Amino acid sequence: MILTAALMTAFPAIADDRVPPVTDPVVIKECGSCHMPFQPVFLPARSWSALLQGLGDHFGEDATLPPETVGIISAYMTADAGDVTGQGVGRKFMRWVAPGSTPNRITENPAFLKEHNFPDPVWKDPKVVTKSNCLACHPAAASGRFE
Amino acid sequence: MNRRSLLAIALAILPIVALAADPRRDAMLSDYAAEARRLDAGFTAFSPQRGETLFRTAWNGGDARTSSCTACHTANPRQAGRNAKTGRPIEPVAVSANPRRFTDKVEVEKHFLRDCKSVLGRECTALEKGDYITFMAGQ
Repeated sequence: MILTAALMTAFPAIADDRVPPVTDPVVIKECGSCHMPFQPVFLPARSWSALLQGLGDHFGEDATLPPETVGIISAYMTADAGDVTGQGVGRKFMRWVAPGSTPNRITENPAFLKEHNFPDPVWKDPKVVTKSNCLACHPAAASGRFE
Repeated sequence: MNRRSLLAIALAILPIVALAADPRRDAMLSDYAAEARRLDAGFTAFSPQRGETLFRTAWNGGDARTSSCTACHTANPRQAGRNAKTGRPIEPVAVSANPRRFTDKVEVEKHFLRDCKSVLGRECTALEKGDYITFMAGQ
């Protein structure tokens, strides 16, 4: 505990990079049944709205859910979206989002790309499969620690 | 092997077998059977062999990353798989390895819809779903 506190003082970047984890059980269950439930701060609210309205073609997958479930997820993701909370990692990512744009991939944000400038073989590792598979290299990503 | 050790093995296995059987799965199969009969009066019973063929066939009907069920579930349904699109680990789909499989109708329907579209490029029929579950229940 003391060591953690000391480290966080010594390396404030580590403390800053903590991402508030997803806590809603519906979001964890429904989004988490196919991929890590991504934290809402990585996209602006309008992006989450668009993604959740378009679940019939969710990156090529029919991820349709009942309207009431979509409503719960949408309310949660937009309430804590990057442009709403406006601090920490969210602010870092929102700096790259143009006011009128509606990005749908966290992995295309320059804030992500800068930290993930790896040669091809890293991405081709069979455990990785895709850039959005945070957990392949960050085992504590779901709890908001992307060390 | 003497009779006593056989009995000991039987007693050790019993809870596993009992755990794998689940009234919710039976009810689900009855529902699918009723639907299969409604669509085809000649329907008699689900077939684990047809289920296995469904599981192993390279359909190439939907997403290129998931040409068959085995793309994510591997050729051995008793072992863990990995989502071929997201990389997320998937628990074994065989009931012997994962007794909670096919016990929640809403979940099962949701995943059949998604996965059949991804693999076959269409929704699965009640006959196919029943065959698949019957195959997995015996694995």
